[in-house]
Amino acid sequence: MTKRIVIPFGPQHPVLPEPIHFDLVLEDERVVEALPTIGYVHRGLERLIEKREYPEYVYIVERTCGICSFIHSLTYCQGIEQIMEIEVPERAQFLRTIWSEYSRLHSHLLWLGCFADGIGFENLFMNAWRIRESILDVLEQTTGGRVIQSSCKVGGVRRDITHEKLEQMAADLATIQKEIEDLSTVFLQDDSIKHRLKKVGVLSKEDAYHLGAVGPTARGSGVAIDIRKTGYVAYGKLNVEVVTENDGDCYARCAVRARELFTSIDLIKQAIRKIPEGPIDVKVTGAPNGEYFSRSEQPRGELVHYLKGNGTKFLVRSRIRTPTLTNVPPLVKMLQGCELADVPAIILTIDPCIGCMER
Amino acid sequence: MAFFEMTKIAIKTLLRSPATIRYPFQPAKKTPISRGHVTIDASLCISCGTCQRKCPSQAILINKEAKTWQIDRFRCVVCNSCVDTCPAKCLAMDTQYTAPVTTKGVEVVTITYVKPPKPVANGAAAGGEAKT
Repeated sequence: MTKRIVIPFGPQHPVLPEPIHFDLVLEDERVVEALPTIGYVHRGLERLIEKREYPEYVYIVERTCGICSFIHSLTYCQGIEQIMEIEVPERAQFLRTIWSEYSRLHSHLLWLGCFADGIGFENLFMNAWRIRESILDVLEQTTGGRVIQSSCKVGGVRRDITHEKLEQMAADLATIQKEIEDLSTVFLQDDSIKHRLKKVGVLSKEDAYHLGAVGPTARGSGVAIDIRKTGYVAYGKLNVEVVTENDGDCYARCAVRARELFTSIDLIKQAIRKIPEGPIDVKVTGAPNGEYFSRSEQPRGELVHYLKGNGTKFLVRSRIRTPTLTNVPPLVKMLQGCELADVPAIILTIDPCIGCMER
Repeated sequence: MAFFEMTKIAIKTLLRSPATIRYPFQPAKKTPISRGHVTIDASLCISCGTCQRKCPSQAILINKEAKTWQIDRFRCVVCNSCVDTCPAKCLAMDTQYTAPVTTKGVEVVTITYVKPPKPVANGAAAGGEAKT
């Protein structure tokens, strides 16, 4: 039997933007076991709920993640609104949908760029981020913030988008779509990328389902789970297409994200066509008394916020379960049997957001 | 053939002007609603303390006796909460980010608001003035 050795991977590693540690047990160059260690960037954001009033906690909860901040605030507000039985105006629901999809576009483009950089394709990385910049510009023009939008509040949204701006956004999306088509062709067709990713880090459909994979990690293995299909905010009024791939390898997960860019653009266009006129918020009085599990689809998968109030301005419990946490067990499974040189690429394909995971 | 897909993008980007702004020579991109930093008009502040209570990062401190309004720029997360809730509309959001500094510290502003005198003509004084 070959001698086993343990190689530490992380918490500081060139491909990792955030700290996570793996002990890789190797036989020659092959990984036989991967033991994850998490907990390097715990900030205790959930505990702060006891110290801040529930309307102000929105600004804290959206700082859980620097990429999908808007969806965190949306999920939190949605939970409070359900506890307090607040009816949010329809225009606000559509605006939330539009901003959610813009967040998804910017997150996926960021990931595609980081991933291209991780596998050594720097030119592609720069191009993905160049396109992402135009998405961030729209977010800043409509909400005032590039990555931390602060535009969601309990009872609606804080800013409206004018009719002219919406039309201009739809027109700009046509240009962006053309650029994304060029970009995704490279991701989906390029020989060197295919060679690097095909049949690497395979996760079977059964494993993906039983180990609790969510988001593009699950959809890359053929499990069609997408919370947007449940029709939260305005998704019920739009035609949501769930993108799936069947191979379950790194290429499939990359392809899911590249193809989801187009579904996001399509959803924004649909929402802009269907957005009704009307108020954007309702006045909120009182305090939440009760508990609720609020779910939404983040760019990385299903996000759950558990909220419990006792009738005062301060909630008693907030629990955030982010998609990266549930994607760690499938990741450990993917790493078993792979080559040491493929480990960075495999870890990147679950789109790890460690700051989000440890809150 | 797929090799030429990337070459096509690479040649296109080579021929066009830079995607980045040549920053110190060209001003950074700003929008009218960009959140840069909070500013105060000290002549309007009624020292009600709403901004202090509504601040999620506890960056604002009001001292009613000394009549000062102080902000810790290192704590402030520029969420616009204080500007939205200010009843006297003395707070505003500037689009410019704060300049880098070498030492930490707080910014103290002396409130110069003077409570308008009550009209003496009749007993029904105009409401709305806050305590100082």
